[in-house]
Formats: sequence, C-alpha cells, structure tokens
Amino acid sequence: MGMRHPIAEVRGLGSAKEGTGHWIVQRVNSIALLPLTIWFLYSALTVLGQGYADARAFVAQPLNATLLAAFALTTFHHAQLGLQVVIEDYVHLRWLELASQLLVKYVGWFAMLLCLLAIIRITLGG
Amino acid sequence: MSESKPMRERPMSPFMIGPYYRPQLTSMLSITHRGTGVALCGGALLFAWWLYALAAGPASYATFETLARSLVGKLVIAGFVFGLVYHMLNGIRHMLWDTGWGLDLKTTYATGYVVMVGSVAITALCLYCAFANGGA
Repeated sequence: MGMRHPIAEVRGLGSAKEGTGHWIVQRVNSIALLPLTIWFLYSALTVLGQGYADARAFVAQPLNATLLAAFALTTFHHAQLGLQVVIEDYVHLRWLELASQLLVKYVGWFAMLLCLLAIIRITLGG
Repeated sequence: MSESKPMRERPMSPFMIGPYYRPQLTSMLSITHRGTGVALCGGALLFAWWLYALAAGPASYATFETLARSLVGKLVIAGFVFGLVYHMLNGIRHMLWDTGWGLDLKTTYATGYVVMVGSVAITALCLYCAFANGGA
C-alpha cells in the first residue's frame, strides 16, 4: 500500500450511476424494434427478389422511406447499446475497451448516416 | 478516470461456458442471444450496404444482387434471418422477464423451447417464401 489514503484508491471504481438509464433506453428501443423488424423482414425478403427499379420504387414510397429510416436509426442505436455491454463484459484491457467503445459508436453513426442519406437520395429521385 | 487499482483481486464467478458449469438450455440460449446480437451488427452493416448500393445506381446494385444471389450470399441471408428471428423471439422472452413474468424454472424452460422451435420454424417459413418467389 502506498502513501495514498484508501479512499483515493477506490474513488472512480464504483457505480457510474447511469446503468438504469441505459437499461430503460434499451427497453424503449427494443419495443419499437419489434414491429419495425417484422415489417423489415417481410419487406426486405420481398424486395430482394425484385430488381433495381422495383427496389427504388419501394424505398421512394413515403411510408416505406419513413419506416426504413426509423428501422435504421433504431437498429444502429440498439447495436451500439448491445455491443457496449458485451465490450464492458469481456474486454478488460482499459485502452482496448475505450478504443472498441469509440469504434462501435463511430461505425454505428457512420452507417446510420449512410442509410439516412441513401433513403433521402432515393426518395428525391437522385 | 482513476488510475488506481483495486487493492486485491476481487473474486469472479467462472464464465458460463467452460469446465465449471454443465451446459444447460438456459445458458446456451443466453449466449446464443449475445452471439446473434453481435452477428446482427454485421447484418446491420449489410443492410446499410444494400441501401447504399441502391442509392449509388444500377451498376453498384447489380454487384450487390450478384453477391446476394450467390450460394454464399444465400447462406448469409439465411443466417441473417435466423439471427433476427431468434434475437426477436428471445428478446420478447427477456421483456416478459422484465415484467416479472416467467422467471420460475418450469416457465423459463418452456419459453426456451418455444424460442428454439419457433425461431427455426419461422426462419424456414421466411426463407421458403423468399426463395420460392424466385427472390433473395
């Protein structure tokens, strides 16, 4: 034991006091994903069987575009929330844990933006 | 962030897979939920690729379609559908637990079997409909 007071050794190692928020957000997100996923599964398997023009027409339809955007936003948020917990559980090397958490967030945001801009572009007929 | 370390190694319970625990339906379904969750993150990126290819134009969509209709593509789609259906059904099971329902051993096993059989059956149905329509 060093010269530091024991309280200094344990400070910052306890609860971050934000676990409940994460838990609630994950549930709110998951409930929304239930109907969105059923819709997506049905739509995607139908659209994949058709060609380019039909797929463009499907995405360009306003309600489909909205549901696709909602699915993309909710899915990438869900993925980040889930991977965050998996990394917290299994990656114990501090720098690697931080790097993975950042990577998960940035890749998630990037893919989310990619989806949204693609949907907007198809909707506007670009 | 603190640089300090715990004064001594704290005891940890062993990981659920390994020599310490006998494999059980409950623990296997639990790790499968995680496994499908992590795999679906890759699936989500494929979804993004699909939208990107569709927005980028006919040439890039043709590349996507060729790959999606190859044998490997079909296997990936089948795995994606199974992961989605399994994670969704077991997710419903988790949300029921959150309400306090079904936490006793008998119900946990019963819902576990429903998830197992249900996810395989729904996946088979989805893929049959998709591939029968000359699609995916």
